[in-house]
Amino acid sequence: MISESIVPLFVAIPLAGAFLTALLKRVKGIPDTLGVMSSVFTFALSVFFILRMQAGRVFVLNVGNWGGFHEVLGRIVGIQMVVDGFTIFMLIIVNFVAFLVAVYSVNYMTRYTEKWQFHTLFLLMLAGMNGVLITGDMFNLFVFVEIASIASYALVAFGTEKRELEASFKYAVMGGVASLLILLGVIFLYSATGTLNMGDMRAILADSGQPALIYLVFGLLLTGFGLKAAMVPFHAWLPDAHPSAPAPISAMLSGVLIKALGVYAIARVFFTVFGFPHQVSIILLVLAAVSMGVGALVALRQWDMKRLLAYSSISQVGYIMLGLGIGTELGVLGALFHLFNHSMFKSLLFLDSGAVEYSTGTRDMKEMGGLARKMPVTSGSTLAGAMSLAGIPPFAGFWSKLIIIIAAVQAHHMKLAAWAALMSIVTIAYVLKVTRYAFLGEVRAAFANIREVPAFMRISLVVLALVCILGGLLLVPQVREGFLDPAVRVLIGTGGM
Amino acid sequence: MNAYMPYILCLILFCIGIYAVLSKRNIIKIILGVVIAEYAVNLFLILVAYKTGGRAAIFSATENIPPQSMVDPLPHALVLTSIVIGLATTAFMIALAIRLYGKYGTFDITRMRELRG
Repeated sequence: MISESIVPLFVAIPLAGAFLTALLKRVKGIPDTLGVMSSVFTFALSVFFILRMQAGRVFVLNVGNWGGFHEVLGRIVGIQMVVDGFTIFMLIIVNFVAFLVAVYSVNYMTRYTEKWQFHTLFLLMLAGMNGVLITGDMFNLFVFVEIASIASYALVAFGTEKRELEASFKYAVMGGVASLLILLGVIFLYSATGTLNMGDMRAILADSGQPALIYLVFGLLLTGFGLKAAMVPFHAWLPDAHPSAPAPISAMLSGVLIKALGVYAIARVFFTVFGFPHQVSIILLVLAAVSMGVGALVALRQWDMKRLLAYSSISQVGYIMLGLGIGTELGVLGALFHLFNHSMFKSLLFLDSGAVEYSTGTRDMKEMGGLARKMPVTSGSTLAGAMSLAGIPPFAGFWSKLIIIIAAVQAHHMKLAAWAALMSIVTIAYVLKVTRYAFLGEVRAAFANIREVPAFMRISLVVLALVCILGGLLLVPQVREGFLDPAVRVLIGTGGM
Repeated sequence: MNAYMPYILCLILFCIGIYAVLSKRNIIKIILGVVIAEYAVNLFLILVAYKTGGRAAIFSATENIPPQSMVDPLPHALVLTSIVIGLATTAFMIALAIRLYGKYGTFDITRMRELRG
């Protein structure tokens, strides 16, 4: 009972942190402390929930205690918050990355003025993402998506230079249209089912068969959430928005935001509410294949380190979507494991690019070189992240890509399996470009006096690098039983909502 | 025909908004396009709730209105939230437009070419 009643804290803590930061902005050290403390608390909460989680257990909270109406009306009134295996899996990832990013930005954000604004927006974004994960109500999902999105538009523009403003405007317009499409989809669903609760919707849709309207809803929601997840052809904003944000925010956007708002929402809506119809599976597979290809090939010809990483995100989200689109147990396992790995190594690589920029003042890889000797921690952790991204055994990324490719073969998608393998070779190529041009070779004269980044930044880098190296251990049966398997069961079986 | 008219008008309004977003070069007009499309969606949300001759969903002591003849009150609550969110987005985009004007001295999106590729 206690567990249920503390579910809203996932949203309340960062929200309170955000407002306290804004109130106490003048007090020295408060914004940093609150930013780190809020994310520590939410991470501790998600650890608490995963410890309390027994097989198939679901925590449900009726907000405002409208539960009594259930008996009278036969459907749920009011908002439900639901924590099941998939939710808790995502909560762990989001809050872990948020915590490390908050620690990192204690040092990094000294480059900017008005640090409290950064922490306020950051915590608002975290509140929105946690809300998206724990809600069991379609309209509430839309509201939280918007909270996280608007905070992220503002964070992309944080530098307020030409480049940042332009990227943010593009992102805001495309994100705004995406939100409208999502809202339209939610309205159509409401008019078809008469409820906003995901569990009820699922039951009603399963009873009544699928009305013709449902295909329109598929289209609207896939486009809307696809825009948030930056799947090709909806990706145009990402390569501008992600590199323009400050490095910790790039790490949050690429590492967790596109997954919480895009991938999680797609999985939740299409698996839990619609029961994963065949048409959606085909659309997802096609979009995934195109995303993998376009993202990887365009990344190959980038010279801006962050822009290369941003295109790489498009490609890697393609892998996740491929696993989800296959829809078998192994496919979903691979997708979720790759989602975890991508969150870790992409956050790490963006934080590394921030560390390089912090020390050298440039993101252009043509101007770098020989940084390995000057910045051992940064280059070592970049290597760990890059190897995980490229899929070199025994790094974590290798196992998840392997599982996805095996799942594709098992499901008789031979061409897709071959395509995924081919694109992972292209991935190796652009990863080598980063390590070769930025970190190996001779030290440039201009960088003779650069130093390693400060302590808080190093802590985040080292922790994430360790996760990238040891992430493969999640597949050990005892560990998998507690973390990955419950999430897979929610999507494959009927364990959720 | 007449019963569908509001929905068709709503669709037309939405298309006008999306058209403005896609084809206009002036930032302010793009923002207005988003706003128009947003109004269309909000209007649609209200239309979903409406039933012909429906009453407001308020119970009173003097009049006995059966619940079946009331309009669905839930979308009215939702549309309020949606309007507030729309306000936040619009305010943010306008703030961006002001900053962009300060940097470039123009609202023309084709003259802002920092980002490519």
